[in-house]
This record gives sequence, C-alpha cells and structure tokens, in this order.
Amino acid sequence: MTNDIIILPLVVHLFFSIVLMFFWNKVDFQKIFSVVANFIALLVAIWVFIFVYNNGTQVVQSGNWEAPFGIVFVGDMLAATLVLLTAIAGFAVSIFSTISVIRARLRFGYFSVFHFLLLGLNGAFLTGDIFNLYVWFEIIIISSFVLISIGGEKNQLEGAVKYFALNFFASMIFLTALGVLYGLVGTLNMADISLKIAEVQNRNLVEISAVLFLVGFGIKSAIFPLYFWLPASYHTPPSAVSAIFAGLLTKVGVYALIRVFTLIYGGEGFLSILLLTLAIMTIFSGGVGAIIQNNMKKVFMYFIICHIGFMIGGLALFTEVAMAGVIFYLIHDIIIKTNLFLISGLIYRIKGTTNMKKLGGLYANYPKLSLLLAIPLFSLIGIPPLSGYWPKISLILASFNAEEYWFFGALIFGSLITLIVIAKLWSEVFWKDQPKINFPEKFIYFDQLRIGQKFTFIFPIAFLTFVTLYIGFGAEHIQQLSQRIASELINNELYIDAVLKR
Amino acid sequence: MEILLAIITGVLYASGIYMIMRRSMVKLILGIILLGNGVNLLIFVLGRITKGEPPIIDSAEKVLEGVYADPIPQALILTAIVISFGLQAFAIILMKRTFKVLKTDDLDQLNTTDEDS
Repeated sequence: MTNDIIILPLVVHLFFSIVLMFFWNKVDFQKIFSVVANFIALLVAIWVFIFVYNNGTQVVQSGNWEAPFGIVFVGDMLAATLVLLTAIAGFAVSIFSTISVIRARLRFGYFSVFHFLLLGLNGAFLTGDIFNLYVWFEIIIISSFVLISIGGEKNQLEGAVKYFALNFFASMIFLTALGVLYGLVGTLNMADISLKIAEVQNRNLVEISAVLFLVGFGIKSAIFPLYFWLPASYHTPPSAVSAIFAGLLTKVGVYALIRVFTLIYGGEGFLSILLLTLAIMTIFSGGVGAIIQNNMKKVFMYFIICHIGFMIGGLALFTEVAMAGVIFYLIHDIIIKTNLFLISGLIYRIKGTTNMKKLGGLYANYPKLSLLLAIPLFSLIGIPPLSGYWPKISLILASFNAEEYWFFGALIFGSLITLIVIAKLWSEVFWKDQPKINFPEKFIYFDQLRIGQKFTFIFPIAFLTFVTLYIGFGAEHIQQLSQRIASELINNELYIDAVLKR
Repeated sequence: MEILLAIITGVLYASGIYMIMRRSMVKLILGIILLGNGVNLLIFVLGRITKGEPPIIDSAEKVLEGVYADPIPQALILTAIVISFGLQAFAIILMKRTFKVLKTDDLDQLNTTDEDS
C-alpha cells in the first residue's frame, strides 16, 4: 500500500482545516498552527514529488473499486509537480497572512478556509475522475468565495458578486459539458473516456462537448473573451488572498485545460486553431490592458491574463517542445505571480497605497529591499538567465517549427509589453522622488512594525525569490522535468495503462 | 418522455441565462437556481431514461441482464444538487449583505471596482 502516499497532501490539509475550526477565536494560536501545518504540507509534498519522480505514475483506487468503476487518484509527474508548487505558494502566503491580514478578518476562520482552498487545489491536481474534478472545483470556488468576501468592505462585496456570478456560471457550463460527455461515452474515468471517445460515431457532439469544456475552464483560467471578472475582483481582497488566487486559481483552470485537451480531446484538429486564436487575443488584450493601468495590483492582474495566453498557445501547438515550454512556464508562473502580489502587499504596507502615481522613492529609502524586489520583477520579463527566459525559448522554437507566425509575433509582443510596463513601474515606484501626497494617518506603516513582524513580510518574498532563482539558474533540472512531463502528456498511453492496469 | 424533458431543459437553460443577464440582483439569484436545475435535468436525460427497471441483481444471478436504469446519473445529480444548494445559500447571503452595504439592487451600479484608485 506504499503508493497510497499520493493522497497524503489531501489528508494533511483536511485534518488541519478541521483542527483549526476547533480554535475559532484563538487567532494567535491559529497563526502559528497554520504556518506549522503548511510547513508539514510542504514536507509531505516534497516527499510525494520525490516518490513519484523515482517510481513513476502512482494510482490509488478509492474504496478498492477497480479503475473504470471507482474514483481514482492519479499521481503522475504533472500532478506531483503542481502539488509541490501549491505547497510552496501556500507556505509563503500563510506566513505573509499572519501580520498583513488584519485581526478582524482572521477571526472569521480565515486560516481554516485557506486550508480548504489548498485541499481543493491538491484534489483537483490529483484526481483521475472527471466528476470528481468538478467536485474539487466546487470546493475551490466555495473557499475562494469566502476568502474574497471575508471582511465585507464595499468594493470587496462588489468584487465578490462579480466573481461569484461568473465562476458559478463557469461551473454550470463545466457540468453541462460533463453531462454531454457522460451521455456519449458512459464513463467518468478520464483514462477510460480517452479510450472510448475515439469510438464515438457522432463527432459533432464530441466537438460540442469539447467547446463546452473550453468555455467552462476558459472562464476559470481567464482567457480572452471570458476574463472580465478577473480585473474586477482580484484587487479587492487583502494582498495575501490575491496572491494565492493569482498564483493558483487561474492556473488550476490551465491545468484542467491541459489535462482534458491532452488526454481526452488529443487529436481534434479544429480545437488547435480555436485555442491558438484565443491565445493570441489573450496575450494582446492582457498586454494592452496592463499598459494603461495606474494601480500596481491592476497591472499585475493584466499580466496574469497576458501570460495565460502563452500557456494556452503552447497547448494549442501540441508538440513535445511546446508542451515542455508550457509546463516550464506554468512552474515559473505560479511562483512569480504569487510573489508579485505579495510584493504589492509589502509596498502597500510601506506607503499606504498601490497607486503608481502616488508612489516613489522606494529605492532611495530601501535600497536592499529594492534589490530583492528587482529579482522577481526581472524574472517576470524573462531577462536571461532568470526564470522567465527559459520557457520562452521552447515556446518560440515550437511556434517557429509549426510555422505559426502570428503566435510567434504574439509571444514577442507579450514579452516586449511586459518589459515596457515593468520598466515604467520600476521608474515610477522605485526611482521617481516621492510625490507630495497626504499619507493616511490611521495606518500602521512598515517602519512602525516590530522586527519579528517585518520578518513575516520579507521572508515569504525572499523564499519565493529564492525558488525563482533556483528555477532560473537550475534551469537544466526544470527543463528535464518539463520534458519528461511533456512526453508523458503527449504519449498518454502511459497514463491510461497505469490507471486501467493493462 | 425524452422530448418533454428535453424541452423543459431548454426552457430552464434559456430562462436561467436570461435572468442572469438582467440588472437586478434578485433575478441573478433566480437565474442561478433555474440554470442549476436545468443542468441537473440535462444529466438526467443524457443518462438515458428507463422506466421500472432498477439495477438490482437477482439473488439467483451474478450479473445484470437486459435493460436496466443507470444509477450513476442519479448519483451525479444528487451531488450536484447538494453543491448548488450550498452555493445558492451563499449567494443569497452575499447579495443581501451587498444590498445592505451598497443600498442598491442594480448590478450596473456596481462599478467602483473598475475605477482608477
């Protein structure tokens, strides 16, 4: 029963979130306990990752029901990697939450719901059953609704209404797609669906179900015509919540797209044109949106949209080189986007605003801190040898080989716009002199915090920056890992054989 | 029977989406409820409708023979109903709270999040 360890990441988070509920009003205890719990989850995730890396795909049949009938949990290399990244981001954000999120919010079970969110994410990555994937998605969105609306400020509630309506709609479309797919193949196991969908005579209905999945996951991952809820809601909750949303929630949509469109709809030709067009439009609209914003958080939100396009486009090309680029970009993106929102939270704590017009002089006052913040910002652009540079090589090479010059152009456009906007942000926030504005008075500034409290702001950012540096300088390891995952995704017989024990 | 259920599903989808697109928050909740029921009915219809053939194996036999009702769609619908119940309860509380804070029921008035701040 040694392969059962792949469900440990789920058990850990479920256990700790229930335990945290028993200490509802003891906020100080919850803070320490949650950080410890996330550290344990990180160790477990590393263990699972190493186990899967050495022993190949692991399958757990829940209740010992044989594969096509029961619910299976599949720990392949992609799932194990994403579980590890979730644990890294969760650990950093839980430390950041302790001081940056105010006590009034923490009193309403913030940490307990936070662990439920991580539970849902891990479940979505590990499950091998498509209806179970829907259930994990619901756990994720219910937890995220609570996290986005906790505190109940005016703009937070507005953001929550928009976020709720669109995400609920996406879930309904996902469920519709699932119903159509079940009607076609009569099974819910993803490996089994992959085998049976080839025999379906009614190809039009297969294509319809594919497009329904695309819309459902597209809303969740914020691709081109469906992303409008994201800029309207992600900046409203506290930065710690935004960070976990930015790092992981849109990426779980991308993960679902990768899983469904490699395993189930692998050879559908018309989908690749559709996905490629959407990817180009996503890069373009996200990039143009980022240029005109004056608020740091909103700039970062449009970057999320812009860079989702890179991954969707790579998925559309569907070659091994492109998929390796997509996986590498996903690994880089989860860490960097989490870090960006933590940075905006830190700057908000230093200056009391995230509006770029009112910010300035950060480099003069905090030179060492600015140097630390420069690393993730430059990694985002992809200045060699930092982490954003390596996946773009694979993506550009793949688009050139496939003679998709529009996507090739869009990649260069997206990178260039990122460079321009980050240069603008750097000069506005760090180099410009501090403009004369009225600082809010009832506000605890960063300088007034004790040294231990300052540590909870700096450590998560430094930790994630260290991970980013490792991805950049240890690119050989990450590239090998990405290529292994890509070949597993393209040759999906390995996954199917492991699940169905053929 | 399938034709009737298919028409009802279509009506529920259409009215649900229409209600979601209205400007009132109460209609948004109604739309969500209608759409949720439409999806459940769709899964039910697509799971093939069989009358009076429960999937119970006779004590004398080892496997099911002949035509029988598929229990899986019903299990799926049950799960989906429970989930959408929870979400609808949350939606009602969220909308009530939003109405109290913003003093408006008009979704077009919810535009402060797009302002430059």
